[in-house]
Amino acid sequence: MGRALERGARRGRADPAVNTSAAAATEPLHEPALALHVEDLTVAYHGKPVLWDIDVNIPPGVMAAVVGPNGAGKSTLLKAVLGLVPRTAGHVTIHGAPYRQRRRQVAYVPQRTAVDWDFPTTALDVVIMGRYGHLGWFRRPGRAERERALAALDAMGIRDLADRQISQLSGGQQQRVFLARALVQEADLYLLDEPMAGVDAPTERAIVALLQGLRDAGKTLLVVHHDLQTVSDYFDWLVLLNVRVIAQGPVEKVYTAEHLRRTYGGQVALLQREPRNGALGAETAPRVEA
Amino acid sequence: MLATLLADPGLVIVTTGMLVGTASSLLGAFLILRRNSMLADAISHSIVLGIVLVWLLTRQQSGAVQLLGAALAGIATVALTELLTRTRKVKDDAAIGLVFPALFALGVLLLNLYARDVHVDQHTVLLGEIGFVWLRTMPILGHEVPQALVWLGLVTTINASFVFLLFKELKLATFDPALAHALGFAPAALSYALLVLTSVTAVASFEAVGVVLFVAFVIVPPAAAYLLTDRLERMILLGIAVALASSWLGYLAAVALDVSIGGMMAVVTGLFLLAAFLAGPRYGLIARLVRQRHQRLHDECLALAVHLLTAENQGEHPRKPLTDGLAWTDARATRVLAECRRHGLVRDDAAGLALTAKGRGAARALLEPWRVEPG
Repeated sequence: MGRALERGARRGRADPAVNTSAAAATEPLHEPALALHVEDLTVAYHGKPVLWDIDVNIPPGVMAAVVGPNGAGKSTLLKAVLGLVPRTAGHVTIHGAPYRQRRRQVAYVPQRTAVDWDFPTTALDVVIMGRYGHLGWFRRPGRAERERALAALDAMGIRDLADRQISQLSGGQQQRVFLARALVQEADLYLLDEPMAGVDAPTERAIVALLQGLRDAGKTLLVVHHDLQTVSDYFDWLVLLNVRVIAQGPVEKVYTAEHLRRTYGGQVALLQREPRNGALGAETAPRVEA
Repeated sequence: MLATLLADPGLVIVTTGMLVGTASSLLGAFLILRRNSMLADAISHSIVLGIVLVWLLTRQQSGAVQLLGAALAGIATVALTELLTRTRKVKDDAAIGLVFPALFALGVLLLNLYARDVHVDQHTVLLGEIGFVWLRTMPILGHEVPQALVWLGLVTTINASFVFLLFKELKLATFDPALAHALGFAPAALSYALLVLTSVTAVASFEAVGVVLFVAFVIVPPAAAYLLTDRLERMILLGIAVALASSWLGYLAAVALDVSIGGMMAVVTGLFLLAAFLAGPRYGLIARLVRQRHQRLHDECLALAVHLLTAENQGEHPRKPLTDGLAWTDARATRVLAECRRHGLVRDDAAGLALTAKGRGAARALLEPWRVEPG
């Protein structure tokens, strides 16, 4: 039944009318106009709330940053969307349907430190893992998956590293491998957890170019981001998070001194900043002092 | 062919070892990569309780019902460990260490109280009686086949099918459980399946080879293979190869030296691990020493290149002897110079030593990395 629903939903994306009628038999779509809709979400670990009654709404086709101090629940938000952590309360829909029906339309890039890079496998093989969801149980990846993965490595500029064991890659190259893996998932919604943490400048540029390319192709991206200085250069949508959602919306409306102060409390020194003045305007950008 | 195999106790013993080795190292590869190898040790002990309980209930010492008992004992071990860990009063390795001795002790206690006549004693538990496997047989297709071979053959087939059919799923669940979960591949269920099979393999191996050889076969061959390759497929196949070779060589050595066969097989797996540790192509000790030596020479070369560039920038010409400022011995300076010339980083000109264009580039790349786009 899940398969049939998923097919219905996938077919429906091209034609909203079909979608509605196909899904109506079982469950009506909830907020189908939003790429990601999170409502009344609370996640608690051992009695301590990590996310407290939050609503997040991301329209399709934007590149959104999730920004907030350490322990704000940014990674937890992504994991809760994917069902990787139990939800105490609340619900999540992706293009109107629960995650279980949208699995193949969502790509996830975990933090680079989430996996063991000493694992005996190659860069190419890790990228091919991005196709596993489309293959389903038991079917093995073949030449088609290999070709796709090589193309994705090429897009990330590391095709020549395809046969490298993954521990021999630099941090930036490992991150590119993860991005290539998300690319072959051919999703509509990309959830990325700190893709630019600890990478060199050329890798950061390559990643940003890739993500913006995806957005321009109509995909939706939700990116946990750690660098306040680059938020308004890279992103067009912003969610300020600190256990609760402080503000969300288009960057130019949300990226204000008042909102940032409320997000970071005393940890941030705010200075006047010209909008869109490029990464070089570091002196005038908000700076985290913690 | 079957008849000749069965007529030769030596062949039966070696085949038994090979089946245990194959079945165990197939699972062991994943247990090691998941950092779960201690669980194999724990399970192999707690199944004693399962065996005794099943015997008390059914009076059956082997067979399908014992495999079921082992599976349950294995699940109980894992579940109790997770329960203890979840209280957050003990860490997971400590939880394992608390659970399995308790279950094992309970098993041994019951054995002493109620099951003195069952053929499971402490000695068998630890070392097994691989030398006697060919004595206990069951009729199959007109042949008297040793029971151990039948059950081990079955378990090896199950494990091989499990790993072969679910290779992609196991790989993903081991490397990146979060993605496996997000894609709907039920990594927790796979993890339990792996541990249940470990329990079943343990009980099937148990009578023939005992706990110690089982644990050795689960952990040591895949650990040796891990040092020899960078691909999961090859790690599994190499692990099996090590297990097969250890069974054969262990048997030969045991016969030659007149010592415990199971013990000798375990020793040989250890020798393979030692060899891989020393002589492995990439992670071996020898390869690492050679690489470090090479790296040091390479660093010294770059140091010389940077030194020459600094001198060049200050409009000086490096004075001879070179060894004064750098505080290198003559021998070391000669070696570094030879290496630098070999890579075309320096050349001799009229005044002495100078950088080539390549050498200048290398030194600049070090000093001013922002000018050079890294690949």
